[in-house]
Amino acid sequence: MLAAFGKNRALVSSLLRGGNGGDGASAAAVWAVSKRFMSASGDSITVREALNSAIDEEMTADSKVFVMGEEVGEYQGAYKVTKGLLQKFGPDRVLDTPITEAGFTGLGVGAAMYGLKPIVEFMTFNFAMQAIDHLINSAAKTNYMSGGTINVPIVFRGPNGAAAGVAAQHSQCFAAWYGQVPGLKVLVPYDAEDARGLMKAAIRDPDPVVFLENELLYGESFPVSKEVLDPSFTLPIGKAKIMREGSDLTIVTFSKMVGYALKAADELAKEGISVEVVNLRSIRPLDRETINASVRKTSRLLCLEEGWPQHGVCAEICASVVEESFYYLDAPVERICGADVPMPYAANLERLAVPQIDDVIRAARRICFRKQDKRKATA
Amino acid sequence: MAKRMQGIMESIQTLCSGDHGNEGFMQDDEDEEEENGVGRLTSWAELLGFGLAVFSEAIAPQLQCFCDRTLGFAVGQGGSREAWIKAVAMAMSLVRKAVKKGWVGALAPAARVMSQALSTASEPITLDIPVPFKAHKVETPSVTVETSAQELTNFFKTMFIMRRMEIAADSLYKSKFIRGFCHLYDGQEAVCVGMEAALNDKDCIITAYRDHCTHLGRGGSVLEVFAELMGRKDGCSLGKGGSMHMYNKKGGFYGGNGIVGAQTPLGAGLAFAQKYLKVEGVTLAMYGDGAANQGQLFEAMNISALWNLPVIYVCENNHYGMGTAEWRSAKSPEYYKRGDYIPGLKVDGMDCLAVKQAVKYAKEYALQNGPMVLEMDTYRYHGHSMSDPGSTYRTRDEISGVRQERDPIERIRKLLLSNNIATVAELKTMEKEAKKEVEDALSKAKESPSPDSDELFTHVYRKGYGAKAYGADRKEVVVKLP
Repeated sequence: MLAAFGKNRALVSSLLRGGNGGDGASAAAVWAVSKRFMSASGDSITVREALNSAIDEEMTADSKVFVMGEEVGEYQGAYKVTKGLLQKFGPDRVLDTPITEAGFTGLGVGAAMYGLKPIVEFMTFNFAMQAIDHLINSAAKTNYMSGGTINVPIVFRGPNGAAAGVAAQHSQCFAAWYGQVPGLKVLVPYDAEDARGLMKAAIRDPDPVVFLENELLYGESFPVSKEVLDPSFTLPIGKAKIMREGSDLTIVTFSKMVGYALKAADELAKEGISVEVVNLRSIRPLDRETINASVRKTSRLLCLEEGWPQHGVCAEICASVVEESFYYLDAPVERICGADVPMPYAANLERLAVPQIDDVIRAARRICFRKQDKRKATA
Repeated sequence: MAKRMQGIMESIQTLCSGDHGNEGFMQDDEDEEEENGVGRLTSWAELLGFGLAVFSEAIAPQLQCFCDRTLGFAVGQGGSREAWIKAVAMAMSLVRKAVKKGWVGALAPAARVMSQALSTASEPITLDIPVPFKAHKVETPSVTVETSAQELTNFFKTMFIMRRMEIAADSLYKSKFIRGFCHLYDGQEAVCVGMEAALNDKDCIITAYRDHCTHLGRGGSVLEVFAELMGRKDGCSLGKGGSMHMYNKKGGFYGGNGIVGAQTPLGAGLAFAQKYLKVEGVTLAMYGDGAANQGQLFEAMNISALWNLPVIYVCENNHYGMGTAEWRSAKSPEYYKRGDYIPGLKVDGMDCLAVKQAVKYAKEYALQNGPMVLEMDTYRYHGHSMSDPGSTYRTRDEISGVRQERDPIERIRKLLLSNNIATVAELKTMEKEAKKEVEDALSKAKESPSPDSDELFTHVYRKGYGAKAYGADRKEVVVKLP
């Protein structure tokens, strides 16, 4: 299936590029034709493809959208997320920047203030710290400080959090930092559907959006419906998704950890613990309604994040649940987070520094007051 | 109508050349001549308004001798500006009489006199800029600049209003109407006023926190500046920004930025957008000598030179970054050279005309070739902000010395007087009017109410999706963001 998809996509791509750079109408026509190839049986695309197609479609639909960042153009993207965009849209709309985050981020924010719609890529969000003044003071706060005069329709995107073996300076999760700031929207896609829908919503949004991707998810494939592949598909900002329904315990998480929670849920189901997995999709605005509704149903909460625990996303979720659903809780709220250390390099230490599926399972049992592993022995 | 106008112009020219006959038609009206008529015509705009009203009556046949009486007088007096103004006053008094007596036909000639006076207001005057430009990797612009009586008068009035506004802000701060930060621009007026003379509505300006006068120059009103300073509803940012956060998107003014140096890459971004959207405009990214050492400025310069962005980096060098003199913070205080591969000019920032000339030159350059740096040699009379007396790191003699020798308003005053554009009395009237305008705006601003409490939660987002926001007491105050 994947090969067929790949082949057809190559056909589509060549059709798109073969013409005069691909105008909106012909691209849409080609896309409509290509959809017929991808219909009934359901398809899978990688998160990378999801992001690429979303950016491509939005750039086709709105000439004000442009992409800038290090290696986004000729290199085809450090993680290949912007592959093919330079060829399709040209160097005026896909811009390779020098390695000067403060400068090019400020430039992007200024362009957004004027009325363009930049997508600024950070090779990882660790480097965005060099430009964080522009994200917060120039982008997030401007609509408010100007009494609504100047809005900043910009998307800051890139990989966030731990990769594999990239050590301390390249592994930080920034969800909690950006999630704290009024004026920012912070999105955390997990699968391909999230990636497509949230990216399109982010690009169309009139406010600054911090779009936290995950490097290890780029290559993962997820099944997507016809609806998801449609160019008009978007997801609402600020709404979480129930990935899996359950009745005994709510696990709230985001990004790569959603996969871990789902795997843990499968394991826990074997011993009779029914887990509901909530995929946040949006750190800010935070979908407190969905979180609390779920906890009121299950009466148990386990929060899961890869980043540091103190003042983290899980801290906010626990606070929200304790404030709004205290009397529904049958057990204390719990968090599984990264360890309170800079990310070590050695593989065994790195494993100890981030949550593992076993940690999630153990905590789930603890919250459900189960002392031992009651899974039936497998062959 | 057009033919008749042509005929009128020809007869005026004939009159001015000296061949005219004086018919004593209305000779006996000395007693009604109003000495103060001149004083009332304090602005060419008023003249124009009256002239336009009069022109609508200009179908009636002209009275040649009325024209002679007034034009002839002016020409007889040597055709000087004062003479013309007197002629206009006489025309006005004659017109009033004519209207009273039903001689509507007198209006047309009066209109002609006024239009003649008007056209002399916009007649070009050429002046030389006394302090030469210094150039880095570019030719200097000519020191001969073209201006007009109208332009110089506007310079004077606008700068005077700005000066009064900043002085009023000083008192407001001391009486605690203004809180927090207040960075005053008095002394530096020539920079933003001179700039505006070379820009249009396609251009953008972004500056730092010393922005009250820049905001005014881009089309803001004194009322909205005062109201914003005092945190009132009628402020340009609805009272939610304060002194450092004034914006006017329609006027091409992007603030008002509190973080030193951050506005420079933002300015490069504005220029990027102008180029992207093919708007024939430039962005002036302004910063001070204190910000001139910021890394992000050099990052912005690199990208804008690489991508040929139409941005002009304007360094308002008032020689002190807060309390630190330029020689204590910059290894090279020749800020116009700091762009390295970007050409630069050093400009006398206390001279409106020099600023205008430099910006005009830089704009032409930037639209073709990419960025340029302009260093404006200027001075602030106040300290860095209202919490800084401004005299611990510089001497009072230095401050008063600049005020005496280089004050931008005094310079224009001298030009207006020496070129017979205005008399001392007329300037006094202009000053009185400016003071009144500022005072009126101030009292109106004081009456403006504080923003409603709901405004706490507005404008967090342009689109809030009904997300919840909380007040200090989460159980008490929960709002759905619009």
